[in-house]
Amino acid sequence: MHINTDKILQVRDMNIHFTFGGGLLKSGRKAVLKAVDGVSFDLLTGETLGLVGESGCGKSSTAKGVLQLYKPTSGQVLFKEENLCDLQGEALRRMRRQMQMIFQDPYASLNPRMTVLRIIEEPMKVHRTHGNRKERREQVIEMVQRVGLNPSDIHRYPHEFSGGQRQRIGIARALAVRPELVVCDEPVSALDVSIQAQMIHLIEALRDQFNLSYLFISHDLSVVKHISHRVAVMYLGIIVELAAKEELYARPLHPYTQALLSAIPIPDPEVERQRTAIALEGEIPSPLAPPPGCRFHPRCRLREAVCSRQTPQWREVAPGHHVACHLV
Amino acid sequence: MMPTPMQNQQQAKPILEVHGLIVRFTLRDGALIAVRNVSFDLFPGESLGVVGESGCGKSVTFLSVMRLIPTPPGKIDAVKMRFSGMDLLDASKRQMRRIRGNRISMVFQDPMSSLNPVLTIGRQMREGIQLHLGLSGRSLDDRCIELLDKVGISAPEMRLKSYPHQLSGGIRQRVMIAMALSCNPSILLADEPTTALDVTIQDQILRLIRDLTRDLGTASVLITHNLGAVAGTTDRIMVMYAGRIVEKAPTPLLFKDPRHPYTQGLLRSIPRVDQPAGRRLYSISGAPPDLLRETIQGCAFAPRCPLAEEQCVAQAPSLEPFAPEHLVSCWKAADAHQHG
Ligand SMILES: Nc1ncnc2c1ncn2[C@@H]1O[C@H](COP(=O)(O)OP(=O)(O)O)[C@@H](O)[C@H]1O
Ligand SMILES: Nc1ncnc2c1ncn2[C@@H]1O[C@H](COP(=O)(O)OP(=O)(O)O)[C@@H](O)[C@H]1O
Ligand code: SF4
Ligand SMILES: [Mg+2]
Ligand SMILES: [Mg+2]
Repeated sequence: MHINTDKILQVRDMNIHFTFGGGLLKSGRKAVLKAVDGVSFDLLTGETLGLVGESGCGKSSTAKGVLQLYKPTSGQVLFKEENLCDLQGEALRRMRRQMQMIFQDPYASLNPRMTVLRIIEEPMKVHRTHGNRKERREQVIEMVQRVGLNPSDIHRYPHEFSGGQRQRIGIARALAVRPELVVCDEPVSALDVSIQAQMIHLIEALRDQFNLSYLFISHDLSVVKHISHRVAVMYLGIIVELAAKEELYARPLHPYTQALLSAIPIPDPEVERQRTAIALEGEIPSPLAPPPGCRFHPRCRLREAVCSRQTPQWREVAPGHHVACHLV
Repeated sequence: MMPTPMQNQQQAKPILEVHGLIVRFTLRDGALIAVRNVSFDLFPGESLGVVGESGCGKSVTFLSVMRLIPTPPGKIDAVKMRFSGMDLLDASKRQMRRIRGNRISMVFQDPMSSLNPVLTIGRQMREGIQLHLGLSGRSLDDRCIELLDKVGISAPEMRLKSYPHQLSGGIRQRVMIAMALSCNPSILLADEPTTALDVTIQDQILRLIRDLTRDLGTASVLITHNLGAVAGTTDRIMVMYAGRIVEKAPTPLLFKDPRHPYTQGLLRSIPRVDQPAGRRLYSISGAPPDLLRETIQGCAFAPRCPLAEEQCVAQAPSLEPFAPEHLVSCWKAADAHQHG
């Protein structure tokens, strides 16, 4: 694996807001849902950055903002120093080839009426990466083999495959246009345990073979720990903590990260007997009305008066370890 | 040696006995055997975990016990299926309805499918309790509030007036648990009760089920694909694969000395947050058989098994005692030391 200090991706203060109502609400204002509310991070070439958090915290929106599938309301997404938010049309399309996505539900993302050949070939046509049909076909065959399928599979349809094999097809399609950055949005969450491990291995092997950089999204902190170099924790539209994975799992600093880690059941009864979960008070508030100050404060066991009044700064508290909490 | 709690239980009479359960489905494009010769006992007050990957027959096994499998296309056969001494194979529809409402309660993955979206939580709880306990008026309301309180719902009086869609998934599942336990059942069946929930909520719900059933002395069955979820919450575990039980043991033993290569493989292929990140994950090759398209001759796990020999392919092993309370269905159980 070749991680260097080149930043393939720099996300700067990205906001993705959805406005509801069209018309005016009773209060005289439009409702604004801040799905992503000022997110910044870097991704180094060859690196895997894990993005974790509970459902609705904005992981997928962040992914889509990076790929410009959602146009960020504001902020910058620098892909190899070029701000994607400024690009349109042909210029954006050219950049997009270099950034592909792998989805959670391989079935929903594969056209059931297309053969594997056509599915994998399609992005190659869109991005005109290969001259003619023969070259495309050769590339398709190479890709299916790389992901562990048989060349003869290219004439079959998605429904003829198991969930794990469909995910392999999705991966082959994403990688066929030789991207440099791949956003993986819950790629193993829908798979069975014994298939999950195969897929994790494949995703790791392909990273090394093609020197890919991954933004790897999952709600499963164990999977993220396994596959990532650094990990960012999201809560209600913001990143609350980011660190190298060894550091984050050994020394979580944000009370939310601590609670999240303490809630994971360990497949070992002896360890389980000792585990005490940090209880989170209440529930995740509506993203339409995030709490003032630190948005985690209503659920935080350590909160103090300042927490509800002031938004905590995003600070580097140890080399490479960033956190947004008043008490750290 | 002191008798373990399990041994004490074994001397008690099981509350649920299933022997030789076979469930077939006849479908337009073929027939499949979803459950093949499954036998187990459930003892009063014990907590049984049922683990295995999707399609291995976990739900069908317990839906058959509850006689909730549509027949046709399904067909249930068993040598014995008894609840509290009563024959479940012969029970009338009316008897089964009574058992389901009163004696064996169920909680599913998706509470929305069991709740009526147009009725308030209070209305639905009151109906259930009225039917089973014959309470009314003020004492009925008090009982509802007490139950919601017990499952950790704050401001229960207010929640009674809510509609299901106004509650989060975690709260809805708490309501389901409250309703399931409202009639003091002998058994609580929980089928993937936390699969749709977030990590922090999952843990809370699993602990809730464990603690409440323990307090009430209710036997529980926790069906899940998550081995972590059963490690801290069950007394015994059975592992299923392709319609069969492949291993059954007290929980600590199953994790410490798994003997079926499938159980071993599963345990080694789960990434763990408590282990160094550099650990290489084992992965089981291949995929479970497609029950509809493949006929299984020998051991169903043989095509994926690192220890498989000729005998494994030719003949299916049966579930045999390997050690006291530890049953394994594998020709090589004695050789299958856990490696790595
Ligand atoms: N296209 C959209 N329109 C309106 N709201 C959206 C849209 N996409 C996401 N959201 C909202 O943004 C928030 C974050 O969603 P998402 O990014 O999907 O979270 P995650 O992937 O972490 O589960 C949620 O409240 C969700 O309902
Ligand atoms: N009503 C049904 N009709 C036909 N096949 C069914 C039905 N219910 C379950 N099956 C099949 O039985 C097998 C076992 O299913 P199930 O018990 O639901 O698995 P799981 O272990 O995931 O709970 C699967 O192959 C499934 O497709
Ligand atoms: S019976 Fe054979 S194939 Fe089946 S699990 Fe045991 S060793 Fe493997
Ligand atoms: Mg998502
Ligand atoms: Mg099921």
